[in-house]
Amino acid sequence: MRLTQRSGQRLVAGIPTLWLLVLFLIPFVIVFRISFSEVRLAIPPYTPLLSWHHGAPHLEVHWSAYSFLFTDQLYISSYLYSLKVAAVSTLCCLLIGYPMAYAIAHSGSAVRPVLLMLIVLPFWTSFLLRVYAWIGLLNNNGVINNVLLYLGVIHHPLALMQTDFAVYIGIVYSYLPFMILPLYANLEKHDVTLLEAAADLGARPWRAFWRITVPQSLPGIAAGCLLVFIPAVGEYVIPTLLGRTDQLMIGRVLSDEFFENRDWPVASAVAILMLLVLVVPIMWFQRLERRELEAAK
Amino acid sequence: MTANPMSAATPSASPDPAAYVRLARVTKKFGDFTAVDEVSLDIRRGEIFCLLGGSGSGKTTLLRMLAGFERPSAGSVYIDGVDMSAIPPYERPVNMMFQSYALFPHMSVEKNVAFGLEQEGLGRDAIRRQVGEILDIVKMGGYGARKPHQLSGGQRQRVALARALVKRPKLLLLDEPLAALDKKLREHTQFELLNIQQRLGVTFIVVTHDQEEAMTLGQRLGVMNHGKIVQVGTPSDIYESPASRFVADFIGSVNMFEGRVSEEGTGFVRIECGELGCAVRAERAVACGHGTTVWTAIRPEKINISRRPPAAGAAGAENAVRGTVREIAYMGDMSIYLVQIDSGKMLRVTLPNITRGGERPLAREEGVWLSWHGSSPVVLTE
Repeated sequence: MRLTQRSGQRLVAGIPTLWLLVLFLIPFVIVFRISFSEVRLAIPPYTPLLSWHHGAPHLEVHWSAYSFLFTDQLYISSYLYSLKVAAVSTLCCLLIGYPMAYAIAHSGSAVRPVLLMLIVLPFWTSFLLRVYAWIGLLNNNGVINNVLLYLGVIHHPLALMQTDFAVYIGIVYSYLPFMILPLYANLEKHDVTLLEAAADLGARPWRAFWRITVPQSLPGIAAGCLLVFIPAVGEYVIPTLLGRTDQLMIGRVLSDEFFENRDWPVASAVAILMLLVLVVPIMWFQRLERRELEAAK
Repeated sequence: MTANPMSAATPSASPDPAAYVRLARVTKKFGDFTAVDEVSLDIRRGEIFCLLGGSGSGKTTLLRMLAGFERPSAGSVYIDGVDMSAIPPYERPVNMMFQSYALFPHMSVEKNVAFGLEQEGLGRDAIRRQVGEILDIVKMGGYGARKPHQLSGGQRQRVALARALVKRPKLLLLDEPLAALDKKLREHTQFELLNIQQRLGVTFIVVTHDQEEAMTLGQRLGVMNHGKIVQVGTPSDIYESPASRFVADFIGSVNMFEGRVSEEGTGFVRIECGELGCAVRAERAVACGHGTTVWTAIRPEKINISRRPPAAGAAGAENAVRGTVREIAYMGDMSIYLVQIDSGKMLRVTLPNITRGGERPLAREEGVWLSWHGSSPVVLTE
């Protein structure tokens, strides 16, 4: 049978739709459904949503998992801490990534591919290995402490591991490319004549940057910040390997609920609530993108 | 002694006191490529000067050096007697209208126009008043809140002009100001530009590749080729007395014949043209010796076309050749005839269509006589 253009279009749109359906929507529905159950010692370890009593269907919705999240201080503080860590890391990524993206966008055509390669190069090594490498750098007898001790800058090793600082380093280091690449893609499109026009109208380079370059790169900033912020909120590996033990991030709480406590309803409720928290920045970003699309018309 | 110490201190040491903009042996090189080659030029206060040239002739580079976006590799640029070499664009008393208009896409029309005034630290009310005034001048009064992408090409052009004029610059640089407009709008805008220039008394330097635009806008033109200014003059100077074959060919269309000076009289030369198959008598004093190779250029509209040879003693009788009409292009207001003369060369002749219908028009393959007045040919030595 010959593939008509229409069925071809359907196929092209259908595959990703199916992918999203099977791997995102269905799991989400399952998690959503579990979050309205209660724990029980059985397989599966939660109460069914729909049961049969005397031949009639009986809907059993429990809010206890959600209400539990607000009674135990652990969850609220983990959410807030995760948001704080993600926000600070995102800001650091932006402050470091913007100048880098700007420099790449303004570099000569010969160097540019090399610089972009260097940004992507860390992905060739496993993320996990790179985080482990930071342990080797930050440890009490790690590279940083040894060098500082040797130089006589410090006399006792600095406690770098299991601190907020280590988590920030780990997240900023790991997610920086996700900030740089969208920023670069945006900055690279900028029209130089706009800056010339600003200079012509009397704007010094810094003012022209603030008034012209920054506002025009807002969609790039938003995309980069989202790409860092969203995964950073739920980050599990970095805080587990490098972070504090007295204050957990929400990703760790989630996994503990599933695997340590085997409290699937609470774990599901944690996941659903995290999703709700992240919906706000995503919607903000989509509004920004829509505005940019309108302007590009 | 009445020596004025002030005038001795002016850096330009200008021989032409009216020169507002002065380029002194300005050269710009990009690597091995010389974009502008030792250009010297004086532009007077309040005039409209057009730099005319093909792409790559260096006209835009020259303009960018005046704006301060490029630094001359050698030579200096003076504006109002001040050497601009070390002065960045944001401190120059110059504004530019960009070819692409370069409107800030994220700002409204009002914000775009206000941008320059904000850089001067003007108060909010003063800015609003001046923006309103200039938008009225360019007839964009009601569009202050629009974004550039909501405007038509002609409207954008006006906003760009308003933005460049709002700081009341003494010198406005315009890079192909009308290139993005369609023909009708161009003509209209052209006259409006002239109007605004006269009202505000700004010196305009216009860069264009369009000779028609240059002729109607410019009070003086500078024709550029390969980084050099090859001729400066009024539009009629350049059209009627081109200095070289390049200029004659670049501005308008022209019939050109190579020839040799065979006779030099007082006020005329006789040129033997192999291509024409006869001699041309040109009523021009040309400083060239007997036997020099020269080129004779005749504009198409200065050639007469008739079915009979011109009567002896009539105007143009001494310069007449026979030919055959090969092509006729009817343009409405005039017609273009391609006439092959007996030597085989094709000549371009234009005739205005003065009468409507009237006498029997020339037909293709009809034998005709071409003649021209002795003052019509231009004799070019380079």
